[in-house]
Amino acid sequence: MRRHLEELVVPLGLVVAAALLGTLVSISTQTYFTDTLVKVSIVVALYVFIGNSGVLSFGHISFVALGAWTAGVLTVPTSEKPAIMPNLADFLVHRHASNVMSLVIAAVVGGIAAFIVGIPLMRLSGLAAGIATFGVLEITHNLLTYEERVGPGQNAFSSVPETTGLRQAGIAAVVCIVVAFVYSRSRFGRLLRATREDDAAARAVGTSVYRQRLIAFTVSGFLAGLAGGLYVHLLPVQVNSVYLDLTFITLAMLVVGGTTSLFGAVVGALAVSALDSWLAVAENGTSLFGWHIDLPPGTAEIVVGSLMAAVLILRPSGLTGGRELRLRGVPWRGSASRARA
Amino acid sequence: MTLAILNIDWSTLADGLALGATYALMAVGIGLVFGVLRLVNFAYGQLVMAGAFALALASEWGWPVWAGIVLCFAVVLALSIAMEHLVFRPLRGHSPAVMLVATFAVAFLLQSIALLWFGALGKIAFSLAFLNRPWTISSVDIRKIAIVAIVVAIVCLALLQLLLTRTEIGLHMRAASMDFATSRMLGVRANRVISFAVLISGALAAIVAVMLTVQNSQVTPDFALRDTIVVLAGVVVGGLNRPVPATLGGFAIGFATGVLGGALPTNQSQYIPAIVFAAVILVLLVRPRGLFDFSRTVERV
Repeated sequence: MRRHLEELVVPLGLVVAAALLGTLVSISTQTYFTDTLVKVSIVVALYVFIGNSGVLSFGHISFVALGAWTAGVLTVPTSEKPAIMPNLADFLVHRHASNVMSLVIAAVVGGIAAFIVGIPLMRLSGLAAGIATFGVLEITHNLLTYEERVGPGQNAFSSVPETTGLRQAGIAAVVCIVVAFVYSRSRFGRLLRATREDDAAARAVGTSVYRQRLIAFTVSGFLAGLAGGLYVHLLPVQVNSVYLDLTFITLAMLVVGGTTSLFGAVVGALAVSALDSWLAVAENGTSLFGWHIDLPPGTAEIVVGSLMAAVLILRPSGLTGGRELRLRGVPWRGSASRARA
Repeated sequence: MTLAILNIDWSTLADGLALGATYALMAVGIGLVFGVLRLVNFAYGQLVMAGAFALALASEWGWPVWAGIVLCFAVVLALSIAMEHLVFRPLRGHSPAVMLVATFAVAFLLQSIALLWFGALGKIAFSLAFLNRPWTISSVDIRKIAIVAIVVAIVCLALLQLLLTRTEIGLHMRAASMDFATSRMLGVRANRVISFAVLISGALAAIVAVMLTVQNSQVTPDFALRDTIVVLAGVVVGGLNRPVPATLGGFAIGFATGVLGGALPTNQSQYIPAIVFAAVILVLLVRPRGLFDFSRTVERV
């Protein structure tokens, strides 16, 4: 464990540095840093499953959505619930939770949902898994859009206390990274990576691929739910803000960074977020080294989309090569194989 | 005259058949490329979207209908070729999942370019709107487009079947989709076969663009995105490896969505995506190799 501690320290250092950097800038710019830290949590959640198992999932944003809905419904002031969510189910109308409690419950809901969804789905791999998890995203989106008994339907989650600041988002990102690190160094993480590298050999030594994937899926659903809780406390979430676009950008972050390492997940999330935020600012006009830059709206998506396609084509294992960072001049080891997202 | 079951009348049935036929064409387009490249093209819907925008621009410029359709084909084919050279070719040989993510990125890229270019509201393609008017056959109103779609789909599928079974390039394509490496050793020219498959798939996308713009003349950047997701699910459910099961899968999911959408009241039909995808997941679990794949081979370790 100790030998690998730098695999924990470096990503943590990056996240703490990003959070500290965020304290130095103006309040309006700070939102971008907070948003980045929430994205780090989501991407780390994706890494726990996709990175360790090598199975693609388009469905994780549905756990983010469930976490957001849970934390949102529990923290909208009881007096305002009838106005925002007139069709809310009776048992939810009077329930209320404190901020931290709502995040914990969001995480638990995400984990339970992932566990339930995983029981049937973890038997699938490859394309079937990709399509089936996409189906989960579609079903969640469809139900949350029209099921007004559990949330605001197509309206935005307004009146949720905006408590997610740099501090909470930073702490949550740290929690996610520590959980991901402990998981991937644990017996379970190692077994799951063994199934990723050679399914047949792992089965031959008695590993249950199904069980290992289910564990990872549950853990990552837990982290995704937590991130969803943070997200709803950051900005008024609407059902389309936890759908395809978020799926795309977080997958892009994971792929650009390098699917198979925690370091890659964190680097990807920070790098793509930085680029995305800067472009979003530039769309409103900014200046860089004395040049005035005013990009048309929509440039951010085009640049991030091109970047993701380019990385996949030119360097499919991502910026970090899918390896963990080793300090002390030790040559990079880890899985040398290409990222099998 | 109505069918007693589930309140489905003949025009709903015709619309369902038409949607199924359109989706079947998309399924063939996706399946052909998968056959030779083992690549699921998530960006297929954006080819359709580009074609639809071409039609919208043509009708805005006051071009005649045939010129608009020519422009639509030109745009879609050019885009397919560009996609093949810039994205598919470098990705050849990667795992299917990596390629799926890559085409996912391309899809979003094209969609955001369209958003930048045409705005979120998009444009209106009205030159073929007359096909929405009904034909009355013994007191049943059936929209012309439904009949046109079904006929076009049948003709296309028949031509494709002839191409695949009666021509040399068709033979090569079938050989390549069975075993790419061996077929290359036996003299099948890889690039030629792949380019040909991509071109046909592009032509089908253009046809689909024409038919979908009739049904929905408001062309937005996310035009055909939902259709692609549904068709992809249908294709995987049918069985990606063979053209006929893939086509049947696409048709089945289109027909089911169309008929359910017409037959159910709104407060139920809004949940159709959830029902359809739940069914898709169920099929994937019960028959992971596809609903219509009856071959017995098991993947060996």
